Amino acid sequence: MSDSTPLPPGEQLTAQVRKSFRGESGSQFTLQVDLAVAAGFTILFGASGAGKTTLLDCVAGLQTPDGGTIAIGEAVLFDSQSRVNLPLRRRSVAYLLQSLALFPHMTVGQNVQYGLASLNKGDRDTRSGEVLESFRVSSLVRRRPSEISAGERQRVALARALVTRPRVLLLDEPLTALDAITKARILDDLRAWNRRHRIPVLYVTHDREEVFALGESAIVLEEGHILAQGSPHEVLHRPQSETVAQLAGFENIFDCSVTGSHPEYGTMTCRVAGSNLDLEVPLMRVNASLPLRVGIRAGDILLASSLPQGLSARNVLDGTIGSLEQRDMTVIAIVTCGPAFEVHLTLGARESLQLKPGGQVWLVVKTYSCHVLQ
Amino acid sequence: MIVQALTLTLRLAIMVSAILLVIGVPLAYWLAFSHRRWKFLVEAIVSLPIVLPPTVLGFYVLVAVGPFTPLGRWYQALTGHSLAFTFEGLVLGSVLYSLPFAVQPMATSFAAIEGKLLDASALLGASRWRTFWRIVLPLGLPGVLTGLVLSFAHTLGEFGVVLMVGGNIPGATQTVSILIYDQVQALDYATANRTALVLLLLCFTMLAILYGLRRHGGWNLWEWR
Repeated sequence: MSDSTPLPPGEQLTAQVRKSFRGESGSQFTLQVDLAVAAGFTILFGASGAGKTTLLDCVAGLQTPDGGTIAIGEAVLFDSQSRVNLPLRRRSVAYLLQSLALFPHMTVGQNVQYGLASLNKGDRDTRSGEVLESFRVSSLVRRRPSEISAGERQRVALARALVTRPRVLLLDEPLTALDAITKARILDDLRAWNRRHRIPVLYVTHDREEVFALGESAIVLEEGHILAQGSPHEVLHRPQSETVAQLAGFENIFDCSVTGSHPEYGTMTCRVAGSNLDLEVPLMRVNASLPLRVGIRAGDILLASSLPQGLSARNVLDGTIGSLEQRDMTVIAIVTCGPAFEVHLTLGARESLQLKPGGQVWLVVKTYSCHVLQ
Repeated sequence: MIVQALTLTLRLAIMVSAILLVIGVPLAYWLAFSHRRWKFLVEAIVSLPIVLPPTVLGFYVLVAVGPFTPLGRWYQALTGHSLAFTFEGLVLGSVLYSLPFAVQPMATSFAAIEGKLLDASALLGASRWRTFWRIVLPLGLPGVLTGLVLSFAHTLGEFGVVLMVGGNIPGATQTVSILIYDQVQALDYATANRTALVLLLLCFTMLAILYGLRRHGGWNLWEWR
């Protein structure tokens, strides 16, 4: 690589890409996106087969778009009209694949220096030394990839990709196989690195925890199209579409119809279809001709063993416990109040309330925990 | 007699292996990574010597190096003698005959290299040439060595092609297998037995080394750098 001088900060990755591809279900999708990724972390979020990897492949040059343009700052990587299509080795794009693809026959040090062939030995050692230090793997230089842990391999792969001083970093679910603590530490180091080297980082995940942990902005992709774009909070905490809602982890989604509107309170009343259960939800401008859904996170619902009083919450629903199931340290209760609600509790809550299947309970849902989706 | 034949046979096998290293590796690389539609034709041609009777192959080589083809005439003009019934002719015939034994293991081991590693190499700015030397060749080395050992052993044991192309000239084209044939024709079974045993042990030792090395965690030859 010839990019031995650091580039001015704040370059944007812009991509208008059109490409037909086959999703994981086997059906044909067309990826059609137009996006600008600023320096810093941008999360690319979506179900499998939504086109996330295809998009990254197009930026890196592993796949050729059917049409469009891809550029980093002023540098055009691909332009179907002027027939520019830089080979991947000239793109200055670092792409960390899920499989990492460390070279098994080389040591960590040799792996990291692989992309620095154009430099002399002294510069190579300085550069790789810095980045090995940043990712805390200096002590491993003489080991082979098979002799280090999964988390260390991850760090080495990052070091190898970033030592070339790329202008864009693409990460395709790189941390899925790691435990939460290892993952968090690696992400901290990556963020620290990104503060010093302001380049766009496009990070693919379908783990919503990662979206909040990392993202300065998020893009939601669905069947090849951008469904939502904004801050992680905007995209996931106030989801406007049901697909995003499911991705964002709404365990409870109900078909509803609006039965009353209270502009003076900023709320409206929704009847859950097929029941006589009413929910008070935030007032939204909704299109009456389209089906309306309300999404509620299982962790946002309070559960009481006697009728609670004096609460600010406007939705107090009585029901019976259908089932209680423990998953890790969470108790998942299914409560029938007409429609069934999924509620997540702690082990302590189950014990102190002495919850049992068949027992009567009250669910408490704040108005603002009800998310209107259309 | 046997020493002369054995020296000649080993010289032949070493030369053939060396030539197959030079032409087999690029050919195997092409077979492993090319997307040409007519690649299967090349694969079929390379594999032909496996199924073809050695006499057929030998016959065509003999005709090809004779004075009736441009190749034969060109070689004659260049060196003043024909390739037929010479050591060089034997080398040519043996290279063709052992080609699949060299190319197939090489191509298989190249093709088995994870494509992501090649992508990663290119993403790190490496040219194809550098990717070949630093990734493909080291990782495909077991296949390259297997191909070399197999073509070496295969050349030791060949008979039909040698007889057709080289004839039976002691010191020039008489290999061990031809010598055994001679000795049996002369009803000298005791000498034939000794000669045959030498060849048997040689081939067995080669293969035992090959498989023994492969069993012990692959060829641990990554240390070469």
